[in-house]
Amino acid sequence: MFKKISMAAMAASFSASSSFAATNITWWHGMGGRNGEVINEVAQKFNAAQSACALTPVSKGTYEEALAAGIAAFRSGEQPNILQVFDAGAATIINAKGAVVPAEDLIKDAGYKFDRNAFIPGVRYFYAAADGKFVGMPFNSSAPIMYINPEALKKAGVEAPKTWEEFEAIAPKLKEAGYIPLVQSQLTWEFTENFFSRNNIQFATNNNGYDSVVDTKLKVTDPNLIMMFDKLKAWSDEGYFKYYGAGWNDNQKPFEEGRVALWIGSSGSFGGLKKTATMPFSATFLPYWGAIKGAGTHSFIGGAALFAMSGKSAEENKCVADFFQFLTSPEIQKFYHQATGYVAITEAAYELAKKEGYYDKEPVAEVGIKQLKLDDGEWSKGYRLGFYPQIREIMEREYGRIFSGETSVKDAFDTIEKEGNQLLERFAKTAG
Amino acid sequence: MKRVQFSSPTLPYLFLLPQMAVIFIFFYWPSVQAVKSSFFLEDPFGFGSSFVGFDNYKGILESAEYRSIAGFTAIFTALVTFFSLSLGLLLAVKADAVIRGSSAYKTVLISVYAIAPPVAGLIGMMFFDQHMGPFVRFAALFGWDMKIGLNYFDTAFAMVVVSVWKQIPYNFIFFLSGLQGIPVSVREAAALDCRSGFRRFWTVILPLLAPTAFFLFVINVTYSLFDTFGIVDVMVKDKAANNPITLVYKVYMDGFRGNDLGGSSAQSVILMIVVFVLTVFQFRFLERRVHYN
Repeated sequence: MFKKISMAAMAASFSASSSFAATNITWWHGMGGRNGEVINEVAQKFNAAQSACALTPVSKGTYEEALAAGIAAFRSGEQPNILQVFDAGAATIINAKGAVVPAEDLIKDAGYKFDRNAFIPGVRYFYAAADGKFVGMPFNSSAPIMYINPEALKKAGVEAPKTWEEFEAIAPKLKEAGYIPLVQSQLTWEFTENFFSRNNIQFATNNNGYDSVVDTKLKVTDPNLIMMFDKLKAWSDEGYFKYYGAGWNDNQKPFEEGRVALWIGSSGSFGGLKKTATMPFSATFLPYWGAIKGAGTHSFIGGAALFAMSGKSAEENKCVADFFQFLTSPEIQKFYHQATGYVAITEAAYELAKKEGYYDKEPVAEVGIKQLKLDDGEWSKGYRLGFYPQIREIMEREYGRIFSGETSVKDAFDTIEKEGNQLLERFAKTAG
Repeated sequence: MKRVQFSSPTLPYLFLLPQMAVIFIFFYWPSVQAVKSSFFLEDPFGFGSSFVGFDNYKGILESAEYRSIAGFTAIFTALVTFFSLSLGLLLAVKADAVIRGSSAYKTVLISVYAIAPPVAGLIGMMFFDQHMGPFVRFAALFGWDMKIGLNYFDTAFAMVVVSVWKQIPYNFIFFLSGLQGIPVSVREAAALDCRSGFRRFWTVILPLLAPTAFFLFVINVTYSLFDTFGIVDVMVKDKAANNPITLVYKVYMDGFRGNDLGGSSAQSVILMIVVFVLTVFQFRFLERRVHYN
């Protein structure tokens, strides 16, 4: 009820002004603070670089709010040209056949060449159709990486772990040296979704959900995933791992204060961390299990992509294609990468930043890209699951219960699989 | 009293029209839409939808999770209503007795009401922050390892405290003006008949306050059910996880964040029914005990 009202209000309050002779296009996004400012700067650069199109970015609040606003606007025929949609919402927009013009088609129709291989491997498939065609244009992308407190490692006389086995071996020493060995910030993204990608294990049936929405089922009762959480629980009981709840910052804070040896955060965290951390820090890849065969593949991208909404004139679509082309040019990618801490998504931009010596100055900025450039695995491309934001909420709830001792790991995953599959089944019906 | 006469029979309806239009557009029409979409499972962009009958309702009522959220909402509403009413009344009675500096005292109490719920939640969150919250440190003195956002009970406790704190000033204002509306002659007559101030309060003052108390009761129940949304949102920091949430927050999570239009519409219809039943109950059974004159 409230939603409908706000949808109508949003649609009504928005009307593009056309004071220029140029074709106006709009871009709704869900970024605030510094990242929102950078979006405005990118738009200014685009508008300054050419005169045929005028791009207006509009902040719609958070990722979820931007998606909800875009949906409401679409239903009333007032959709923006470009909508930013976050990773977990990808299935919602991609499965709504006809809501978007695939980015690849749009760019080709505008007469540009499109080379999928220009993008780094971890970015290529996540927002693409089952056949690999780009539906969304990857935009702000990040990877879960492990931040290191070098002081702690030195005091304990150990090296940063590459695998969880190595972590298990050094955890007692880190604890003895007076540190909390391990903290993370988002169990769903870092220890579930990317557990599947880094260890190359199937997440859901139907090719991780890419092939069809019908009968797609989660495979979260995979014995390896259960083993991971059994370990986390055991480590937590031993004092090798500490869980501060589902809030990102509650978990980041002890690392900033120098009380933690290893923290799993986002590749984009380093910019903020430079301001808040009380000690020097470095970073490396998210660990995997050495014992799992085929593990060590690249992670999924986190973040969001840009979608060209349908129902717009050819003229406007051409402008959107121009902008996508502009956005993926090496110079703009490099600018965006350096201004925000998100990874560069094209090989060319990465090479450019490297040639400039950016990573000598900021070695942590390279870790996420390198992790996304690791080997492709069969199950490291992505997942396409409907109602996924709600499935994440179920996971968060059950994970909280694991660490507060209200449930066992096995029961938690049984519940997640059962309730998650019910949601997937419901989602399949919405498309019917 | 002079009766106002309208020259044309349609004129009064014309004057009513703006109000009716507002009610229709912002209440009836969305309500009908909500009822309608609660019987469908719909793709949020509006491409496909399938009629599922009462499946959405069945799914909700069969879900153990939903029932536990409903249980929490009931307990939360009872606690917040009880504590904010009783503390508001206590402060009002005490403030009523203050003669010197009473306006300063009242202003201090009332000013809290000017704080918006999300800001109240934010302030509350800082007080209860895991790493630096003064309340958490205070609780630690008594051996209570308070973990907001991690422990269900601790988060529930913090939510109740912040929600009550936010609502006390509102109740205070109404109780105070209610108390000041009681004629001095009645109080003096009561004082002649009975020495015990406590007994005078129970037998004379409180019954005279009953209309105010009833009004506040209705308002406080609605507040606890709906207006605490901002507090809940800030306290759980956007991630409900295993923390307690209220039914309204669940509607928001499923509908606005999860884009499950059918399911969240069914939930909001259930909420409408709850409010309807509650209102009927309040007016049929409680209001009878209230004497307005």
